[in-house]
Amino acid sequence: MIRERYINALTLALFVAIPLWAVLADEPFTITLMTRAAVFAIAAVGLNIALGLGGLVSLGHAVFFGLGGYAMGILAHHAQTYTALTEWPFLIEGTKSMPVIWLVAVVVSSLAALVIGILSLRTAGVYFIMITLAFGQMFFFFAISWAQYGGEDGLSIYVRNGFPGLNTLDPIQFYGLCLVLLCLVLAFAWRLAASPFGLALNAARQVPVRVETVGLDPVRLKLIAFVFSGAITGLAGALFADLNRFVSPTMFSWQLSGEIMIFVILGGVGRLFGPVVGALVFVALEHWLGGLSEFWHIYLGLLLLVIVLFGRGGLIGMVCGRETVHD
Amino acid sequence: MTDAVLRTSGITKSFGALFASRDISIDLRPGEIHAVIGPNGAGKSTLIGQICGTLRPDSGSVHLLGEDVTHQPTRARARAGLGRTFQISALAMEDTVLQNVLLGALGASGRPWRFFSGVLKDGDLRATAEEALERVGLKDQARMRTAELSHGQRRQLEVAVALTLKPRALVMDEPMAGMGAEGSKLLTGFLDQLRHEAPILLVEHDMDAVFSLADRISVLVYGEVIATGTVDEIRANAAVKEAYLGDEA
Repeated sequence: MIRERYINALTLALFVAIPLWAVLADEPFTITLMTRAAVFAIAAVGLNIALGLGGLVSLGHAVFFGLGGYAMGILAHHAQTYTALTEWPFLIEGTKSMPVIWLVAVVVSSLAALVIGILSLRTAGVYFIMITLAFGQMFFFFAISWAQYGGEDGLSIYVRNGFPGLNTLDPIQFYGLCLVLLCLVLAFAWRLAASPFGLALNAARQVPVRVETVGLDPVRLKLIAFVFSGAITGLAGALFADLNRFVSPTMFSWQLSGEIMIFVILGGVGRLFGPVVGALVFVALEHWLGGLSEFWHIYLGLLLLVIVLFGRGGLIGMVCGRETVHD
Repeated sequence: MTDAVLRTSGITKSFGALFASRDISIDLRPGEIHAVIGPNGAGKSTLIGQICGTLRPDSGSVHLLGEDVTHQPTRARARAGLGRTFQISALAMEDTVLQNVLLGALGASGRPWRFFSGVLKDGDLRATAEEALERVGLKDQARMRTAELSHGQRRQLEVAVALTLKPRALVMDEPMAGMGAEGSKLLTGFLDQLRHEAPILLVEHDMDAVFSLADRISVLVYGEVIATGTVDEIRANAAVKEAYLGDEA
């Protein structure tokens, strides 16, 4: 069995090597594909904190992805039309600055995750899945009916938002930005899993009654995990919107929630690099199989079936066996 | 009565027409092991649930260290000093033995909201955890996955986790269940010492252990305490003999 850390290193190497090759070979579309994979990976690393560590099967993570997207869309829309978001109680103007947009995306999706978490965590199991799905649908239909920001048609942003010192319209520079964020988010998830909070959360997933018996509140642990999770997925949403320079209600769709979950399950639930491997494989399949047939999801379904039935630790689990005990 | 560490006063709990606890008043005094025995279905688990906070009594109250905790959740009682071990091990099976005791130490420290420091590198937590493992004799198993432990070792680990809380009172639900004769003997010796650190409310089926350990015994039948007394008094009690001990005594 190959050690998990080698697979992680290999994955990271691919995320560096493929785009570099694409630059040299002048294949900008490959860079775009890799950017897509990196952004999906960030979203899935976010979900993995709730799903893998906290055991929270959220079928509503598109809410945070969409909120991040709309945070970008709305701010950039006002900036490009030179209108104010609001003039009362004080003036808020749009912006084309990525760091500001990211901050807004993270704050808004954290708040949403807090509210949704407080309400959803009163339930567990299949009811939790259903209630998070219901929140997803609420946001989806709200976005469709929000005519001011494009309603069903969404919002187009003509020029990609800026980052100090970088030309974000250059695919490789924007990719680099996304890759750095992915690494930061991975570092966060890694530290979190090894922290006192991570230990308690991990136990709250397995035996809530034990956590309660040592004097801790398992629901509150899960709530905080859900907020971290939503914040990271929200950040991915803002990047995704900037990648496409387009925001639409499909970012809120339940299919998207499902896809984020597929990344995690494909790669390996609860594994640090599981979501990254899953997102990369998904984007590769989407590209190659999507070129073969419009109905490529059939093959994806088949792959997922095989992985769920035979490799319970996802692709990483199939290669590395079960998780090693760390010290 | 006033210096009891743990006391239930007339707690009653019914499920529909069935009284699982009927007017139960028992107490746990410093330095003692108070055993609760009773046939299956006597309401022992319901009683533990009400003492530990997973069940709420219909009437009556639970006092811990003189404080009314009847309406407090399990975690508040744990923080106040109530340690508990489970009949069916409630441990994080995927984690290592050390991680399980660290969780106890973390709960006792009351500071789980640390997101970036490594929990395995936390000297204080680790010292508490390793000391508890050493006391129950699991030091060499610290890095093993909990699922790989034998049944008896899991019981030891349950006790170790409870110890990390530095409990003022312990509630143990059948700690000997499923243990071999050897393990039973070892644990009996350990609990014998432990009572001086924290008094133990011991629910147990193993009569040898109960009779050798208990300072007092309460006999629970159909949700009612039919007798409380020393080992000799219980052995001699006619009602107990009839209801429970049968031809065994």
